[in-house]
Amino acid sequence: MDLSLSTRTVDDRTVVEVGGEIDVYTAPKLREQLVELVNDGNYHLVVDMEGVDFLDSTGLGVLVGGLKRVRAHEGSLRLVCNQERILKIFRITGLTKVFPIHTSVEDAVAATD
Amino acid sequence: MATVELRFSALPEHVRTARLVAAAVARRAGVDEAVLDEVRLAVGEACTRAVGLHLSNGVNAPVRVVLTEEEKKFSIEVGDESPTSAALVSGSHAEADDEAEGEDEMGLAVISGLVDDVEVTSSETGGVIRMSWPTSPEPLVS
Repeated sequence: MDLSLSTRTVDDRTVVEVGGEIDVYTAPKLREQLVELVNDGNYHLVVDMEGVDFLDSTGLGVLVGGLKRVRAHEGSLRLVCNQERILKIFRITGLTKVFPIHTSVEDAVAATD
Repeated sequence: MATVELRFSALPEHVRTARLVAAAVARRAGVDEAVLDEVRLAVGEACTRAVGLHLSNGVNAPVRVVLTEEEKKFSIEVGDESPTSAALVSGSHAEADDEAEGEDEMGLAVISGLVDDVEVTSSETGGVIRMSWPTSPEPLVS
């Protein structure tokens, strides 16, 4: 399965809905999308990972890169994820301390700190 | 003897194939369903690392994945033929660029976080990541 990406605006946040597999082959596509959004002035991003079937360290690297980019503009990058197998990867790499992880897009959009 | 051996050109698009094959062989070998996600992820990380090492060092040889069904365990070896594999494993990162280095370390961190039985070895001719998982006996046919 390939990677699918779609973006929409909710209030002042940009929600990126990701589906499929994020790995060494597809991660560059996600990286391009995040870079493009930041270059276009979208600094508050919510990445919805509910449709993600697979995530590896390459994908984590892209998300960390996105976080660095938005922070350079005092922005934010929040994740939406309820899938245990995906959350586990964030836990073993210690990235649950780096990313705010929410259970729904509504929660992520409403969050302020 | 290996149950299944796979060699693939060191290109990112083939890592998914390696994950699928490894998970299918692991399932047949009797690795618990709950652990298959870990097998898939660990093999993917090891292959991603090998592909990265081959690409960044201009190694044309294929990446090698050996899947072996043993008596009470299922083991996987992912081998690269990159001469700098040794340097990266031993912690000397002088020649790696920042991003590649970070991803390589994160990949190894994921593997060691996931797999209890893992061994990373390297020599001048390349490196091998060996991992194994316990298998449960064949269910009795009633």
